[in-house]
Amino acid sequence: MHIVVCTKQTPDSAAKLSVDEAGTVTWGDSPIVINPWDEYAVEEALLIKERYGGEPKVTVISVGPEQALEALKHAIAMGCDEAVRIWDDSFAGSDTLATSYVLAKTIEKMADVDLVLFGRSTIDSQTGQVAVEVARRLGFSPLTYVIKIAALDPDGRSITAERLLEQGRQVVQAPLPAVVGTTKGINEPRYPSFMGIRKATRAEYPLWSAADVGVEVDQVGVTGSGVRWERIFAPPAREGMAEMIPADSPEDAARILVDKLLAEKVI
Amino acid sequence: MGKDIFVWIEQFHGQIASPSLEAIGAARRLSETLGGQVCACLFGQDVQGLAQEVVAHGADKVFLADDPTLADFRLEPYTTLLTQLAREHQPEAILLGATSCGRDLGPAVAVDLAAGCVADCTSLDVEDGRLVATRPIYAGKLLSTCTVPDKRPAVFTIRARVFPKPEPDPSRTGEVTPVPPALTEDQIATKVVGLQETEGGVSLTDAAIIVSGGRGVGGPDGFGPIRELAQALNGAFGASRAAVDAGWIPYEHQVGQTGKTVSPDLYIACGISGAIQHQAGMRTSKVIVAINKDPEAPIFQLANYGIVGDLFKLVPALTAELKKRFGS
Repeated sequence: MHIVVCTKQTPDSAAKLSVDEAGTVTWGDSPIVINPWDEYAVEEALLIKERYGGEPKVTVISVGPEQALEALKHAIAMGCDEAVRIWDDSFAGSDTLATSYVLAKTIEKMADVDLVLFGRSTIDSQTGQVAVEVARRLGFSPLTYVIKIAALDPDGRSITAERLLEQGRQVVQAPLPAVVGTTKGINEPRYPSFMGIRKATRAEYPLWSAADVGVEVDQVGVTGSGVRWERIFAPPAREGMAEMIPADSPEDAARILVDKLLAEKVI
Repeated sequence: MGKDIFVWIEQFHGQIASPSLEAIGAARRLSETLGGQVCACLFGQDVQGLAQEVVAHGADKVFLADDPTLADFRLEPYTTLLTQLAREHQPEAILLGATSCGRDLGPAVAVDLAAGCVADCTSLDVEDGRLVATRPIYAGKLLSTCTVPDKRPAVFTIRARVFPKPEPDPSRTGEVTPVPPALTEDQIATKVVGLQETEGGVSLTDAAIIVSGGRGVGGPDGFGPIRELAQALNGAFGASRAAVDAGWIPYEHQVGQTGKTVSPDLYIACGISGAIQHQAGMRTSKVIVAINKDPEAPIFQLANYGIVGDLFKLVPALTAELKKRFGS
């Protein structure tokens, strides 16, 4: 069994962001980390590997410039077997349409992939679209918002997953190969061990180019993208400070608050 | 080519999802400038009865596919059918509610059509004849504007409860066109085996009122008063990451950067300090009330109304006051 985990680097979730007139986003001294959602995907791949006696191979991949190594290194330190970075200058400016194309071509080239795991979305551009797009391109079973892999049968070529939807938990059965978009709650991602971190320092991080994965240049980068980002800016601040309601008597406070909320027409 | 706008109508157990009606409203407004028609795409089983509701909310046309293969939302048959309709009718744009299903269907259709899909829009306008969307990024710490310059149709998923839901007009008329499904059951790989419905019924993302508890509720039992207040307000109950990570309440209820993003009319935060990650999930709420014993809690800087005090006294008092005024 071959499991591929797709990942990306992002600024840390606690980073204080600023944006200049040109729309360039910076995050001060905050580190670049693996997209926090992707840790669930990595962990799930490692749990499956352990369940099958270490037999499945887990490869972590990322489409990105050199910074993407941070995400790959973290995944190797957690326990992934191999890493591949895919990048070409022509990829710059890719939206999810173009990025999913590069990922799909990469997975196609590997030829033996049974399961592709993703985090729910990235915490920076937060589109959450790439997993389903890759599934659609490859014709793999599309399983998103997965909170539990209830059954996995590599010989019978099937997977059963619980998906977290607005209405509740949906149980779906589908054939392999499949794309699984994970969500928080599926597991508790491990911290890299000391040995893992050493392994990550020494590991090889091969770089595959556009030619290596065989992509058409007009389908990547700005030309291959559907969406153009016109402007990035800070949202308007919420007005003023809270109107404080005295709480000397809870009953009085409740009465005043209900009056206010009725005046606001929200209850 | 016309400048028609397609709207995908999501329904569950014969009930139309609110974000789909909000999307009709958004499409209606765009079509006033673009000049085309609003065409609803309604798929399901035994859903003919919903076509008039869709028209009443502003659709000019309804493409209606009614078939057992479409009973549950599944990506394969829905994508193939919507793609096929878009190829035949060449709309300028496709709008979908940014629900779990909409956020899957939109990009999948975009891949099939080699089009652009803008996720989770909070505004959508026509500027100089082109559609311009705004969407939050970095968990709402920043906003971006996006366009789809040349690939058509432009696909947009729109965030729930941000666009106003149109008032239905039962006298409106529209043309209903039945369409056959695009796939047969043996061409659809995924099978829905079951569904465990969410406790309490009201979904967080649909709720007009949300009452949330955080570290300050102290334990699983502390959510009792939170639930009761939510019930008295006919709202949903949420939680901060601290409460979920402590195991007091399931992840389904988490609001914030790693949970759900909500935009209710009223958000009552009880015992939640208001870390930036929590704010990311609720800052677009219309009115925010904070109840916290720490006057320095950051939540008070975001809130419209604040009460410093013991939530175990204040929350039940609020529930009692509401019951007194509105009856239980």
